Amino acid sequence: MSKDENWIVEIVLENKPAARDPVGTVIQKDLLAKKGYEMVSNVRSGQYLRIYLTANDANDARIIIDKMCNELRIFNPVTQNLTILNVFKT
Amino acid sequence: MTIKIAVIQFPGSNCDFDAVHVLNNVMNVDAELIWHNNFKEAHFDGCIIPGGFSFGDYLRAGIIAAHSPAIDEARVMLKDGRPIIGICNGFQILTEARFLPGALLRNESLKFICKWVNIKVENNKTAFTNRIEKDSVLSIPIAHAEGRYFTDNLNELEDNDQIVVKYTNKRGEISEESNPNGSLENIAGVCNLEKNCIGLMPHPERASESILSPKGTTHGKLFFESMIEFIKKRGF
Repeated sequence: MSKDENWIVEIVLENKPAARDPVGTVIQKDLLAKKGYEMVSNVRSGQYLRIYLTANDANDARIIIDKMCNELRIFNPVTQNLTILNVFKT
Repeated sequence: MTIKIAVIQFPGSNCDFDAVHVLNNVMNVDAELIWHNNFKEAHFDGCIIPGGFSFGDYLRAGIIAAHSPAIDEARVMLKDGRPIIGICNGFQILTEARFLPGALLRNESLKFICKWVNIKVENNKTAFTNRIEKDSVLSIPIAHAEGRYFTDNLNELEDNDQIVVKYTNKRGEISEESNPNGSLENIAGVCNLEKNCIGLMPHPERASESILSPKGTTHGKLFFESMIEFIKKRGF
């Protein structure tokens, strides 16, 4: 039987590939490439959120977070993509 | 009857007092500074969402304010055809609230930019540009860190005449050098389909009195004159 359990969902918001990401570009070009890490060809920056919630199971947690992020525009669909990185029990 | 305009204040707003001052003392209409929780649209003929850093720009500039009850009230005004302008952070709020298309991203230079720029009026058939000749070049200041306009639907914007102003040089020529923040197509301001709502990254309230302008111009005033004209015409 399902019950409310404590879950953590980790999400990342990042600019879509078509939107330039100057933060990532500066890290790659002005730091990594200059300090000998020429093998790094690209860096994209983003925002990371760790969300604590109660849900019946991992799938339920995922559904709640997906609905919440779309409904409240936690990510801006014009410019950003949302990725759910991890879902785990606390 | 007096024209009544609301200037909505969020935690972190700035230039809110400047907007109230210009409307009351330069334009001679009745403007009121309203704390966002107390805003009731029924009392006003138009509204201004000022600049600043509402709610600390947390998550994304404008997103928290976009969900506030004040914006729900403003949505009633929007649908009713009353004029609404979002300046700087106000522009960011109105894109996040989907009153306006597109989004404002971090400046390409990653720096906060505060300087006087030139903008050219692309569309003078909006609630805020009807008193300005098309292709006029205006001198006006910007002050922002997230002003890089982006849309994935530029064609639609162009087809619908929704680009209001673009960054140019003083001769009105569009170039990369005159683009302060990396905005797509040098876009500095856009409007909704109905043309009663606009968003501007430049600050017209800081450019409405000659004493505040390095060249003695008062180009910012034209946006407010247009707003008042628009309200008069629609019969407030």
